[in-house]
Amino acid sequence: MAEDTIRLTTPLTDEDVEKLKMGDTVLINGVIYTGRDAAHMRMVDALDKGKALPFDVKGQVIYFVGPAPAKPGWAIGSAGPTTSYRMDAFSPRLIELGLKGMIGKGPRAQEVIDACVKYKCVYFGAVGGAGALLAKSIKKAEVIAYEELGPEAVRRLEVEDFPVIVVNDVYGRDLEKEGRKQYAVD
Amino acid sequence: MRKVDVSEVAEVIKKLCMDAGYYLPEDVYSALQEALRKEKSPVGRSVLEMIIKNADIAREEQVAICQDCGLAVIFMETGQDIQFVGGDLKEAIYEGVRQGYKEGYLRKSTCHPFTRANVGDNTPPVIHYDIVPGEKIHIVMAPKGGGSENMSRVTMLAPGAGLKGVKDFVVQRASESGGNPCPPVIVGVGVGGTYERSAFLAKKALLRPLGKPSPDLELAAAEQEMLERINKLGMGPMGWGGTTYALAVHFEMEPCHIASLPCAVNINCHAARHKEAII
Repeated sequence: MAEDTIRLTTPLTDEDVEKLKMGDTVLINGVIYTGRDAAHMRMVDALDKGKALPFDVKGQVIYFVGPAPAKPGWAIGSAGPTTSYRMDAFSPRLIELGLKGMIGKGPRAQEVIDACVKYKCVYFGAVGGAGALLAKSIKKAEVIAYEELGPEAVRRLEVEDFPVIVVNDVYGRDLEKEGRKQYAVD
Repeated sequence: MRKVDVSEVAEVIKKLCMDAGYYLPEDVYSALQEALRKEKSPVGRSVLEMIIKNADIAREEQVAICQDCGLAVIFMETGQDIQFVGGDLKEAIYEGVRQGYKEGYLRKSTCHPFTRANVGDNTPPVIHYDIVPGEKIHIVMAPKGGGSENMSRVTMLAPGAGLKGVKDFVVQRASESGGNPCPPVIVGVGVGGTYERSAFLAKKALLRPLGKPSPDLELAAAEQEMLERINKLGMGPMGWGGTTYALAVHFEMEPCHIASLPCAVNINCHAARHKEAII
């Protein structure tokens, strides 16, 4: 990643995310939570039924990942991002509750980008298919909910210098759109 | 007749699952290095550097290249002079997948389509059998991740759409896929046969050594044209802008019905894993 990286420690505040601009490279430290398709369906279902979420999302970062099993000596198996659009239908609900960051890959729906602006949340991209490398930044992993979902269970991760890039900032900018425009050849 | 015990097939499948999961094929690794030399975007170059470093870690430490260790897609060409003994061949293949994914610390990704309950052992695999002359068995294990598979499509073009229609559909599909399938990708194109045959051809196209052009000159030219058009879109590695979105386009073709022009696009992420063995 680039030289001018920003180090952030979770939980994040509005001030933390306001400093981040599209294209910034960021190293995340502290606790983040995993959740992908099935976990998001269950979390939003819990909200619909007035039940508590497995963790308070306020100020937190959710990583869209379903890790591989940990080999002996590893905290976690290969753990790269999964495609984010599948969480588009669910993310705005969590952003409204104070979620400050999401880590995934691929573009987000306009509703998610709008919610990121309105409630101050950042969508980070991690390098897909670099799961063995990214696992090295994860120091501890424990399942905290939906264990029966296997790889899709919600995990609490402790990360050190976990490398991401700002794809959608709180100002509505989008790296996929602008990066593409910059390098397109007629 | 040559007799082959199905337990031998299970052992080979088990090893192929693990090896495919850990070791990125050399042709893919070289293509990524070449892309790193040519990529114009600094962000794109840092992505490619991470992908290459990731392949090194996976190989040296024998861990999964990607957490998505895929559905197990198995191509099995069996010589017609082989007789399988010692049990149920299909069950032996399943057992090889079960053991390979369990003992290899590979993620089990099969689930019930609606309850999403994980099957737990990555079965069933997708098996493509073929009978060929001789008394050998050729097995290719090509685990396929969900992110890039989700970006794949089949369309039934009108015959009048012709080669131009195929090329436009493929470029459009890449354009709409953006960062979703983990670019730089490999694009498999299958034209001909029936609806499902075109999809099979597109899948098979992905197994060709990376960047080796089609022996058919017209198809080879189409591959090159589609590759250039896709990369000119500017999407780049991970879709964050750049000059490398696709490493190659591979085009396979067969005759089709006089009423039809089936066209399939099967996209593979940069973790284009496949391993083969001969029994």
